[in-house]
Amino acid sequence: MTSDSVVKLSVNGLEQQVLCPPQETLLETLRERLRLTGTKHGCELGECGACTVLVNGRPVLSCLVLTAAAQQRDILTIESVAHNGRPHPIQSAIADAGAAQCGYCIPGIVLTTKALLDINSSPTRTEIREAIAGNICRCTGYVKTVDAIEMAAAKLRDGAVN
Amino acid sequence: MTEHRIIGKPRRKIDALAKTTGAAQYADDIILPRMAFARLLRSMHAHAVIKWIDVEPALQLPGVLAVITGPDLPIPFGVLPKNQDETAMAIGRVRYIGEPVAAVAAVDEATAERACELIRVEYESLEPILSIDDAIAAEAESIHAWTRRPNAHKTIALEFGDIAAAFAQADHIREDTFFYEGSNHVALEQHAAVAQFDPDGKLTLWSGTQVPHYLHQGLSNVLEIPSSRVRVIVPAVGGGFGGKSEPFGFEFCVAELSRRTGRPVKISLTREEVYYTHRGRHPAKMWIKTGVRADGTLTGLELRMFLDGGAFSSFGIATAYYAGSLLPLTYKLPAYKYDGIRVFTNKPPCGPKRGHGAPQPRFAWEIQLDKIGEDLGIDPIELRRRNLIEPYSTTLNSLRVSSCGLRECLDKVAAASGWQKRCNSLPPGKGLGVAASAYLSGTGTTMWHPELPHSGAHVQLDRAGGVTVFCGSAEIGQGSDQLLAAIVAEELGLNPEDVHVVAGDTGLTPIDLGSYSSRVTFMSGNAVLEATGKLREKLFAVAADVLEVPPDQLAVDEYKIFDTIDTSIAMSYLDAVVRAEARFGTLGATGSYFPPQLGGNYRGAVIGTSPAYSYSACVAEVSCDLESGSVTVDKMWVAHDCGRALNPVLVEGQMQGCAYMGLGEALMEAQVFDSRGLHLAPSLLEYQLPTSLETPEIDTLVVESIDEEGPYGAKEAGEGPENPIVPAISNAVYQATGIRFDDIPLHAHKVHAALSRKRNKPERPIAIPDYKFPEPERPSVREFWGERQ
Repeated sequence: MTSDSVVKLSVNGLEQQVLCPPQETLLETLRERLRLTGTKHGCELGECGACTVLVNGRPVLSCLVLTAAAQQRDILTIESVAHNGRPHPIQSAIADAGAAQCGYCIPGIVLTTKALLDINSSPTRTEIREAIAGNICRCTGYVKTVDAIEMAAAKLRDGAVN
Repeated sequence: MTEHRIIGKPRRKIDALAKTTGAAQYADDIILPRMAFARLLRSMHAHAVIKWIDVEPALQLPGVLAVITGPDLPIPFGVLPKNQDETAMAIGRVRYIGEPVAAVAAVDEATAERACELIRVEYESLEPILSIDDAIAAEAESIHAWTRRPNAHKTIALEFGDIAAAFAQADHIREDTFFYEGSNHVALEQHAAVAQFDPDGKLTLWSGTQVPHYLHQGLSNVLEIPSSRVRVIVPAVGGGFGGKSEPFGFEFCVAELSRRTGRPVKISLTREEVYYTHRGRHPAKMWIKTGVRADGTLTGLELRMFLDGGAFSSFGIATAYYAGSLLPLTYKLPAYKYDGIRVFTNKPPCGPKRGHGAPQPRFAWEIQLDKIGEDLGIDPIELRRRNLIEPYSTTLNSLRVSSCGLRECLDKVAAASGWQKRCNSLPPGKGLGVAASAYLSGTGTTMWHPELPHSGAHVQLDRAGGVTVFCGSAEIGQGSDQLLAAIVAEELGLNPEDVHVVAGDTGLTPIDLGSYSSRVTFMSGNAVLEATGKLREKLFAVAADVLEVPPDQLAVDEYKIFDTIDTSIAMSYLDAVVRAEARFGTLGATGSYFPPQLGGNYRGAVIGTSPAYSYSACVAEVSCDLESGSVTVDKMWVAHDCGRALNPVLVEGQMQGCAYMGLGEALMEAQVFDSRGLHLAPSLLEYQLPTSLETPEIDTLVVESIDEEGPYGAKEAGEGPENPIVPAISNAVYQATGIRFDDIPLHAHKVHAALSRKRNKPERPIAIPDYKFPEPERPSVREFWGERQ
């Protein structure tokens, strides 16, 4: 019987401590303990990208990260992308382009996109497709998703903020 | 054509921001005080007798709250009134690997899972039946005792017109066989449900379902709770595609566990469990014979259809009919013989997946027509043009065709793809392929109460400017909530963002049959239109008095009611609402939709009927690596007659999603099993499906035939566009490689093997079972259109 231990996490800019068993994944901690249910599960084994969060600014599959291994890193989830209730340009672009049908892949797409645009402000459609290749979507065929990310990139280059 | 302010224009959905911010709440996001967690124990045998189950070790585990098995919920259920052959958990016998056998509620999911592992089940293993041929062999064991011939769930034998004469008249006849592999919907959200009983014994069940009404009925029946004390609420749903369109055992299990524990209970299926729950595409073996005259016009069609249904009935009777009934919708057909059978096998049950039985025969026929074109030296698009059905006609199987934009669909994909110039002049390894299809805008018949409305909506207005629309439809990502708000907004001159939408809640909303069969735009849309129209009448009645203008001269737009002759004569919408509330009392109105009485005079004639049909065409461009056999779809052009695009962004999204899903089935997806009946790929690691890298740009070409009965002329867009995709890709691969593939998926190793064989020896056709179908019913046509200009 494994025993729980204290893990110090920095989630969305907030330092907090959780008590959890060593085998608990970051996804489980975020959803079940911290009640940040915006991050989704879709496959339990790191194939679908629905569980994507940003760790030190880079996209990470939270279903494959042990919570204990996520200490001393900045974790960003979908809940903090909007700023003070105002959607991020990426979120507005996805909404306007019609890229959110069922919406289940979208938190992962938003974070993957944020990570992409943070290092590449003018991605080509091919580069966008490569960036989101780890985010499965069954609704859109990715067409309006790529449109939305192009739109968001343009808006951000123009200086748009939340 | 009237210009609308909201309808027909692209607009952001009212739920879009909730989805992009992670605020939208799906079933597994629901957290309730004292909530317990359930897990199911599932069968490890494809076919076995359950000798005994010992749950005692599970009950002893600390943290376990309740354990139930099959006999605890013995009342059978099924989505169709006939063949209610499922129970919440298996009783006495298991019929597929993954069938639920027991359910545990515990304080956390890990404990529930551990408890399931402690449950001991003694099985007596039986020989699993895993293929169509084995299932219908004369000496086969029956998986369900009630089938009259071994494992024959549903047999259909119909002949329209004189098929023998049709082939006698033909100048050219082709016979071909085809196989269409089964696949799962793989909605990104796994199924989940939360059940809660309140202290009065009323059940509330949240479930990511497409069909709250059918689920509500099922819960009432199986748990023996009066229907008035059940409430099903649909939260945000992460995709359905037909995989969430019937009641499931796990939903009954969480409800029962909640009743026994006095606590809310949640269950969330793993991805693997979704592959066992299934209800996906039926694998289909098809033999098809078509006769044509020398000019390519059709004389007759004969189809023998074998559907592998898996272990339970599900929607199977409907599937068996759909696998034959929709083919005559696209081309003038003088004679048609359809023999179809759905068989039981010891595999997860098949059900409705986007297109529901129509993609398989469409795949077969659209490839065969390509072959016929080649045999006769007629271009494939020209061949189809010579046979197109006319709008406002009746098919020989008595389907009432109203608006039909198929010609325009074909013209558009031909023009956009450069078909004429490029078709036979692409280099080796590159090809173009075409296909056409038709689909229902909602089934013309209900399964349970054909005399009752298919959709109901209620709209209310109040003096504070509140506007609320209630409808039992289920938002599954297709935009049905947006549709409700947009129609109310258009009719009352408001913005959709100011309309509250209450949908998919059987405690609050009028009954709507649910989001399946592509019915919501047409049927729920019409119900909302009717309700809103009644309120509009009341507003115009008071406005007519105030403005001293006859009501039929008034219009409402942008929160003002005004005289259309002199627009300066106006009053505010809110003022009219207040005055109407003063005159008429509290304002609310209900609308219903009843489809017209459709269908011919033969058994099953209503299945395939619809108040309107959508039409689609696709040209696909592929590249095939002639060394490795790897096929890439470089581009798809999809044209779709949706009647009218109420929101072009949403319609395009459906067309693109359909094209994507078709591509997945054509090249990658396969729900396949080993010789024990064990699923070979029940995970997203092993089950191949397209990512953004395998999916090309998809051009959408919307055709608007403005249907007279659809809301603003609209028809469906959610399923129809998938039908032509797979045959178009197969036809394109033929152009690219010179090899006909009469089966899918086109994995690289299969294409490579065929490319190698072509260099060595001919291919083997797909073997069709030698099965004696009964004598067919031979109905005559029931005409629907009288004198029509």
